[in-house]
Amino acid sequence: MDGKGIGITGLKKRYGRGDTAVDALKGVDMEVAPGEVVGLIGPSGSGKSTLLKCLGAVIEPTSGRMRLGAEVIYDDGWKVKDIRALRRDRIGFVFQAPYLIPFLDVTDNVALPSMLAGVANAEARQRAVELLQALDVGHRARAMPSQLSGGEQQRVAIARGLVNQPPVILADEPTAPLDSERALAVIRILNEMARKFETAIIVVTHDEKIIPTFKRIYHIRDGVTYEEEGEGRGFE
Amino acid sequence: MISLAARDILHAWGKFVFTGIGLGLLIGVTLTMAGVYRGMVDDARVLLDNSGADLWVVQKDTLGPYAESSSIYDDVWRGVRGMPGVARAANVTYLTMQVRLGDHDVRSMVSGIATGEPGTPGWPPQLVAGRQITRGHYEAVADIATGFKLGDRLQIRRNHYTVVGLTRRMVSSNGDPMVFIPLKDAQEAQFLKDNDAILQQRRRTAENPVYNPPGIPGMLDGVIAAQSTNPFVNAVLVQVAPGSRPDEVAEGIRRWKRLTVYTRGQMEDILVGKLIATSAKQIGMFLVILAVVSAAIVAFIIYTLTLGKIREIAVLKLIGTRNTTIAGMILQQAVALGLIGFVVGKIAATFGAPYFPKHVLLLPRDSFAGLLAVVVICVLSSIVAIRAAIKVDPAEAVGG
Repeated sequence: MDGKGIGITGLKKRYGRGDTAVDALKGVDMEVAPGEVVGLIGPSGSGKSTLLKCLGAVIEPTSGRMRLGAEVIYDDGWKVKDIRALRRDRIGFVFQAPYLIPFLDVTDNVALPSMLAGVANAEARQRAVELLQALDVGHRARAMPSQLSGGEQQRVAIARGLVNQPPVILADEPTAPLDSERALAVIRILNEMARKFETAIIVVTHDEKIIPTFKRIYHIRDGVTYEEEGEGRGFE
Repeated sequence: MISLAARDILHAWGKFVFTGIGLGLLIGVTLTMAGVYRGMVDDARVLLDNSGADLWVVQKDTLGPYAESSSIYDDVWRGVRGMPGVARAANVTYLTMQVRLGDHDVRSMVSGIATGEPGTPGWPPQLVAGRQITRGHYEAVADIATGFKLGDRLQIRRNHYTVVGLTRRMVSSNGDPMVFIPLKDAQEAQFLKDNDAILQQRRRTAENPVYNPPGIPGMLDGVIAAQSTNPFVNAVLVQVAPGSRPDEVAEGIRRWKRLTVYTRGQMEDILVGKLIATSAKQIGMFLVILAVVSAAIVAFIIYTLTLGKIREIAVLKLIGTRNTTIAGMILQQAVALGLIGFVVGKIAATFGAPYFPKHVLLLPRDSFAGLLAVVVICVLSSIVAIRAAIKVDPAEAVGG
């Protein structure tokens, strides 16, 4: 690792206390290099979502260590003061459903995280338009989310996740609502963006269509991860 | 940073506008209620202003002539006129009754005014058509709110009166339009019974040995004559001479005439503080109820709108939006809803006021107070929705 990407060691998460306590994560280890896209695969209840929420600083792990780039952000406790700013500036999210803000147009949906980070509106919009063009949805920049197709919405959501150029993007089943062609297109875009922006991307999925595209896969079962070489097939 | 509230409102403008219109009608009713109260106060002041009096001389220990009945002899005014500091004094009577015109009647306050000239206390200060009363009997000047026209023949008790003049904004403290007739006619109208009642009274008097004792011829005629006339008026209106202080003049009349005298300020206190106090409390209660209902509606609408955006709020929080930004968005929407409602309500109240049977007076300061109240209500109403939004967990945006 060259100081970018994300790495976690011995990450644990326990819900509840005493007899009713559930160990959702039992010591997860994971390393994702900048520019790399890895798959995170596991059955329902395996701890995928919990891991994603821990990685996204949405919930606090019980113990373990997390590194984002060169900075240790968690070591048996948060090491950063402003978790909200951490999420805003250094972690990008792409969800199963695009969850675009319905009352903002496409450009402002993408530009919003930059605006929240204090970037001037004009500059944030410029960044957004460039990203939208890179993702082939530049022609829908002024449209409202409800006017877009599912694939277009997902590309806009990817652009929103990328706009602050975070070192890591967490994608939670981003292809679930899409057909094979569009699903592969989304994964191709994520790979392109990962290379272009040197972003580490973790894709949670159990979509059989896209699993063969990953070069590296983390399987998670009963709160423990196992690393596996992927097929790393192309996207055609 | 863009305004999330403005974008949301523009996106769902129909919902906001129609909700605002509904709320606005409620606010319009609230403003109108306040206007009704102001109208009552204004009517009371107009009544005092238009009477042209500085002092009201009434029966001792009464709150007459408007809030209580008052009866004093109609020759008292001569003595009052002679008091130091008195420029003019005139008898006046007031009687609220149904005045008939043809086959319909109008509730009016009939005022008997003494003979004199324009400017005499009790006279209508200005006319919009026709002339003042010049004859001693059977002429009338009516407020245009009665609907009467010049030349109409009104019936008051058994007598008919020709409308010779029309005036404006001459109303009682209850808002009833006034009809002015000569004093003697008004005294008769206050007292005069129908023919059957007169015959009955004469028979009873004749059969009463106290009034018709044997051996005293002429006594019965005298008693009946006394019963057939009304030597009373309700008040004497007094104009104070230039340079004299009403308080001092009033004190002199109280001391020497043993009558109750009210100054303008005291009379206003009686009308506003006593006569319309119950109505004011009633309206105040309605205003409180309407304010609570408005608050409940705004709170419910904003809360419902917020619950409909839980997922978006979770996403906003996940991507780093501050709670204060989200709270600001909800607050701005609540205030915007209130402002839409206020504008609609103000327009509705302004255009609706003339159609109310009573005088509705919409004062700018009441509108300003209403605006402030609406903003405060909206701010308070948004608290529930803001609390709900702040409790939203950003994890809700992430599946699982």
